[in-house]
Amino acid sequence: MSQLLLDVNGLTMRFGGLVAVNNVNLSVHNRQIVSIIGPNGAGKTTVFNCLSGFYIPSDGSVVFKGEQIAGLKDFRISRKGLVRTFQHVRLFSNMTVIENMLVAQHRHLNTNLLAGLLKTTHYKRLEQEAMDRAAYWLEQVDMLEFANREAGNLAYGQQRRLEIARCMVTQPELLLLDEPAAGLNPRETKQLDELIVQLRDEHEISVLLIEHDMSLVMGISDHIYVIAQGTPLADGTPEEVKNNPDVIKAYLGEE
Amino acid sequence: MRQNLYAAVFAAGITFVLTCLMIGVKLTSEGTQLQVVGASEAQWAWIFAGIALVFFSQLFRDQISTATAGIPRPNLGALMPDREKAARLKPWLIAAVVVGLFIWPFMASRGAVDLATLTLIYVMLGLGLNIVVGLAGLLDLGYVAFYAVGAYTYALLSAYFGLSFWVCLPIAALLAATFGFLLGFPVLRLRGDYLAIVTLGFGEIIRILLNNMTGLTGGPNGISGIDKPTLFGLEFNRRASEGYVPFHEFMGIDYNSGHKVIFLYLIAVVLVLAVLYVINRLMRMPVGRAWEALREDEIACRSLGLNRTVIKLSAFTLGASTAGFAGCFFAARQGFISPESFIFIESAIILAIVVLGGMGSQFGVILAAIVMTILPEFAREFQEYRMLLFGLLMVLMMRWRPQGLLPAKRPHMELKR
Repeated sequence: MSQLLLDVNGLTMRFGGLVAVNNVNLSVHNRQIVSIIGPNGAGKTTVFNCLSGFYIPSDGSVVFKGEQIAGLKDFRISRKGLVRTFQHVRLFSNMTVIENMLVAQHRHLNTNLLAGLLKTTHYKRLEQEAMDRAAYWLEQVDMLEFANREAGNLAYGQQRRLEIARCMVTQPELLLLDEPAAGLNPRETKQLDELIVQLRDEHEISVLLIEHDMSLVMGISDHIYVIAQGTPLADGTPEEVKNNPDVIKAYLGEE
Repeated sequence: MRQNLYAAVFAAGITFVLTCLMIGVKLTSEGTQLQVVGASEAQWAWIFAGIALVFFSQLFRDQISTATAGIPRPNLGALMPDREKAARLKPWLIAAVVVGLFIWPFMASRGAVDLATLTLIYVMLGLGLNIVVGLAGLLDLGYVAFYAVGAYTYALLSAYFGLSFWVCLPIAALLAATFGFLLGFPVLRLRGDYLAIVTLGFGEIIRILLNNMTGLTGGPNGISGIDKPTLFGLEFNRRASEGYVPFHEFMGIDYNSGHKVIFLYLIAVVLVLAVLYVINRLMRMPVGRAWEALREDEIACRSLGLNRTVIKLSAFTLGASTAGFAGCFFAARQGFISPESFIFIESAIILAIVVLGGMGSQFGVILAAIVMTILPEFAREFQEYRMLLFGLLMVLMMRWRPQGLLPAKRPHMELKR
C-alpha cells in the first residue's frame, strides 16, 4: 500500500546526564497523519528538534525517503522536504504576508546576484512563479485578502495559518507541526482540523503532529505515538491508544 | 522639587568637571617645558553661564516640559504628498537631483566641490556599511579595514605595476570582498557583541599590518604620488606624463586646476549612483528579503531551508566590496595614503552615519553623511571640540530620534491582483 516516508529507529537524545528522548521509534507513511502525544515535558519537541536537525541526536537513525538524515544541517533537511513549525509562532513580523511566503521560497528563486541586478527574464519568471505559488497557498488557507498586510498585525489564528502556508510553499513532503492548535479558539481549531486533513487528502503530504487537544488528535490521526518521560509508552490507532491502560495511567495518574 | 534639586546639582557638577578639564585648562609647550594655562576670563564667563544653564534647566525641568508641550511639533509626515502622488513624482525628483548633481560643480567654488567629493566618499562608505549593519543586522566595528584594503590595493598596484585607476577599481572591490569573505567565514557564527569585538580586532590588525610592513607599504610614511584617474587616457595635469595627453590641450582650452577637482567629483557621483542602484535592487531581491528575515528570526529561516552562513556572508562581502570602491577612489583623490587614514575613529564615524541616518535607510544614510562631513567644515573654529560636538549630537539624537533621521522604510513587495 503506502510507502514508508520517515523511519525513526532508536532515537536517543542526551543532554549531559539527562536522557530527554530514550529509544524512540516511529514511522510515517505517505499520506498519513501521525500524532505524538504525551504529558508536558515528555520530550515531544525534542524529538522534533532531532528530526529537523536543530539537535544532532546522540543515537539512533532517522531515515527520510530512504536516506539517512540524522546529523545533517537543519537547512539541508528542510530542503529535502521535511519542514517544521514551532510551538510559538515564528513569523517575520515586520514583513508583509506575501514576503513571508517569498522568503520561504528562497531556494526556488534565482538568487544569482547579477541576474537580479539586471532583471533577466529568467529571474522575473521565477519570481512570478514564486508569487503565484504564494498566492495559491494563501488562498488555500483563506488568507489571500491579507497578502499585503504586515504579518505581525494579523490575528493569532491567522498567524498560525500563515505559518502553515509558509511551510507548504516550500513544497515539503512531510510537515512537522508542533502544537498548531495551541491558543486557538474552538472554531479556529476546527478550521485547522479541516486544513490538516485537506493537506493529506488533496495535496498528498504527510503530517507529523504534536498536539494537546485530544479531540483534534483523536479525530484526524491515522496513527498515534505516546511518549512519557522521553520513553515510548504505546502506539496504535486512536481507538487502541484511547483504551490503553498505560496511557490512561500516564495522563491521569494512578488511582 | 527636592529630587529636581539633587538632579540639578549633580548635572551642574558633571558639567563643571567636564568643562574645566576640556576648556578651563590647557597644556602649552614653552620651549621644552609643558605648562598648564588657565582659560581667559571671557571663557570662564561662558563656562559658568553654561553650568548655570544646565543647573536651572534641570531644576525647572517639569515647568519647562509643560511649557514646551504647548508648542506644536512639526508634523513632517503631513508635508509629504500622498502615496500615489509621491510615486508619480519620484522619478522626476530623482532625475532632477541627478542632473543637479552633475551641473552644480561647474558653478560652485573649487573648495565646495572638493568637500562634496569627500562627502560622497562617506556616502559610499555609509551605504556599504548600511548593508552589513542596517540590512543584515551584523554589527561591524572594523569596517574601515576594507576601506584600507581598497585604498592600498590601488596605491600599491599603481606604484609597483603602474596600473591605472580604472583597472584597479574592480580589483580593489574584489580584493576587499575577498577579505570580507575570509573574515566573515569564521566569525559569522558569532552574534552581536562578539561579532563587534572580532571585527574591531580585524580592523586593527589590518592597520597595524600596514604600519609594520614597511618594505611593502612604506609603513607610517605611507605611499605618496598616487596617480590621479584619467578620462580615456587624458590626464588632468598641466603637463602630462610621457605618452599621455593633458585634458586641456586635447580640448583646446586653458589649463585650469579646477577641472581635476570637478572630474574627481563626477567620478564620485557616478560611483555613488552605481552603488545606490545596486543596493536598491538588492533590497528588492531574494537576498535582500533573506537579510531582513534573518535579522528578524534566524531559527525560522533555518527551518525554511535558508543557509544563514551564505546569506550573512553575502551581506558582509557586498559591504566590504563597496568599501573597496570607496577606498580605491579615496587613494586616487588624496594622492597620498598612510595607515593614519584608517584608524578606528573612521569606523566609528561611518557607523555613526548609519545609526544617525536610520538603520537600513538609504536616504537617511546620505543625509547623515552630509551632516557628518559638512558640519565640521562649517564649525571650523570648533575644530578642537569636534569630538565633543559629535558626542553631543549623538546624545541628542538618541534622546529625540533613536530610530535615526529617516528610519528605514523598506520597499515592500505587493501582491497585485
